[in-house]
Amino acid sequence: MKSFLLVDDSAIIRKLAKRMLAKHGYEFSEAENGAVALMICRTDMPNGILLDWNMPVMDGLAFIRELRRLPGGDQPKVLFCTTECEMDKIETAMGAGADEFIMKPFDEEILSSKLELVGLA
Amino acid sequence: MISTDFEFLAGFLKTNSGLTLTPDKAYLIESRLQPIAAKHGKGDVAGLINALRTFPTQDLRRDVIEAMTTNETSFFRDTKPFDIFKSEVLGKLVTARAARKSLRIWCAAASSGQEPYSIAILLKDDPRLAGWKIDLVATDIDTSILAKATTGRYSKFEVQRGMPIQLLMKHFTKLNDDTWEVKPEIRSMVSFRQLNLLEDFSTIGTVDVVFCRNVLIYFDAATKGGVLGKISRRLSDDGYLFLGGAETVLGVSDAFEPSTGNRGLYVKPQRLAQAA
Ligand SMILES: C[S@@+](CC[C@H](N)C(=O)[O-])C[C@H]1O[C@@H](n2cnc3c(N)ncnc32)[C@H](O)[C@@H]1O
Repeated sequence: MKSFLLVDDSAIIRKLAKRMLAKHGYEFSEAENGAVALMICRTDMPNGILLDWNMPVMDGLAFIRELRRLPGGDQPKVLFCTTECEMDKIETAMGAGADEFIMKPFDEEILSSKLELVGLA
Repeated sequence: MISTDFEFLAGFLKTNSGLTLTPDKAYLIESRLQPIAAKHGKGDVAGLINALRTFPTQDLRRDVIEAMTTNETSFFRDTKPFDIFKSEVLGKLVTARAARKSLRIWCAAASSGQEPYSIAILLKDDPRLAGWKIDLVATDIDTSILAKATTGRYSKFEVQRGMPIQLLMKHFTKLNDDTWEVKPEIRSMVSFRQLNLLEDFSTIGTVDVVFCRNVLIYFDAATKGGVLGKISRRLSDDGYLFLGGAETVLGVSDAFEPSTGNRGLYVKPQRLAQAA
């Protein structure tokens, strides 16, 4: 079974994303910031990560930079998912190793489309 | 709605746009035509249909046809056909047209433009086509949706359906938080014009590839067959036709056959191609 890690400080967003992703049959884990997410990745590297940008403790950008340095950390498909959607922000996220970028607010159709683009559908 | 009104409307749409209005779609009529009735001062849908029957203006006819068409679309819709276009179709045509270095592509139900712009982006980014003359014609029956297509402007929601982020960054300009615009060099590759697939379309000339996706599903078998026959006369003998995922030529027309291993892709029957 494919595993999906949801990283967002908003429990509501995590719940929403989980509901939208239900039909894909992933196994989910959740983290409320980058540091927690990193801990999860160290023991159990997921197939996909939905990643918020602005979070306390460790933000999404710092997380992905750390992640991509971990052994096997190049494996997960990372979908940045944030309200930060200025061109330079998108470029920074992609430059740091993201595979796709979702501009909040998003819906099920957008999420499905992005999953398909990174081959996780 | 009384059944004579339904039958009249169904007949009107079938003759003018090919749309087969089956009773299970009757629920669409009220929601889509009420605004048109109001706009033309006809009160309700019954009044509108009465006007359509007695003294219809050009505007009224057009508004009714456009209100009943479905414009649903997205960038790189279904993904796979665009992979097939890039690898299989362009692969073959780059060789076949190497001498004249030109390609003509027709997008026959372009809707709000996502499909032709997706094609334009693939063509633009293909190094094999550098220096080629590319002619990309996009048509639709619906003039209001073509007006939107021409602007090349899409909402944040629309650009996130099917468009990979790297291509969005490369080929669009962000105008504001909700609006993205296709860059001029892509927009200028596509020429939009109004065309009804039920009418004569010999003015299109000869093309190498036709995208006619997700429009034949609204037609009955005879209308589909007629349109496919006319398309085959516009297509070069070694050309390609893309249909939508729920569409086929099988049992509808023998002007095309499925291209083996390439879902959604159709070619002229081998014997015809060889004879040519
Ligand atoms: C569902 S959209 C498909 C758009 C695009 N080809 C795609 O696959 O995403 C169908 C389009 O066909 C157009 N259409 C319907 N009847 C037509 C006709 N008789 N001639 C030309 N276009 C027609 C509609 O206006 C609409 O924009």
